[in-house]
Amino acid sequence: MSDLPLLIVLGALSIASALGLLLSRNAIYAALYLVLNFGVGAVIYILLNAPFIAVIQVTVYAGAIMVLFVFVIMLLGAEKLSIEDSSTSFAFQRPLALILAAALLVIAVYVLFMRAGVPQMTNLALVDTSPAAIGLMLFNTYSFPFEVVSILLLVAMVGAVVLTRNK
Amino acid sequence: MDTTTFVVFLSAILFAIGTLGVLLRRNALLIFMSIELMLNAANLAMVAFAMRWNQLNGQMFVFFIMTVAAAEVAVGLALIVTIFRTKRSTSVDDLSALRG
Repeated sequence: MSDLPLLIVLGALSIASALGLLLSRNAIYAALYLVLNFGVGAVIYILLNAPFIAVIQVTVYAGAIMVLFVFVIMLLGAEKLSIEDSSTSFAFQRPLALILAAALLVIAVYVLFMRAGVPQMTNLALVDTSPAAIGLMLFNTYSFPFEVVSILLLVAMVGAVVLTRNK
Repeated sequence: MDTTTFVVFLSAILFAIGTLGVLLRRNALLIFMSIELMLNAANLAMVAFAMRWNQLNGQMFVFFIMTVAAAEVAVGLALIVTIFRTKRSTSVDDLSALRG
């Protein structure tokens, strides 16, 4: 594909912002790194022939969810994270976590590329991924999951209200 | 290396970084954000395979995952706020008692 150089730049940005989230000392900075990561993800979705997913990535993830995160961080005044690194009670966890995450990455790459293998298919005419086509599929093939998800959202809304209610 | 291979590899790396965040960070909000990163990595792989197989189903699953993630964030942040009210802390090391 001709857009591979662009994808490499986007991938580097994505990994850099994820590492920024992992290493930042301030929770607000971490949240902003995550917003950058989601924005880069939206651009990758556009390159992958998924414009609708890209739009809801920006509105739902980078918009609604991250606003909620930033709101809670500022509400709690929990942006300073320097205290957490002074705890040395579980010092052995740090190298252990690095080893485990590296093992997970190696196993994932092995399973994906050696065992399963990404299928090599010839270039077909790309399927219609417009919002109209997605809506048609959503209300025909996936109408039952759609209803289940609406109930899930209702339960989550009621749950959030009940949990934060002052007694 | 073609597009799908590259994006699936990228999503594996992002998922590993998210796992590392869950394992290393002590702040509940940071752990939560790392979980969002892992969900996003899974979405990336799903969209890449949807393009590879030239089908819409993968994108539908991403749509549902995003809905579930939104519900999860609403409930999870409500829990964190409630815990902060009683413990005055968002560090998971302070949550050592089952009694609320």
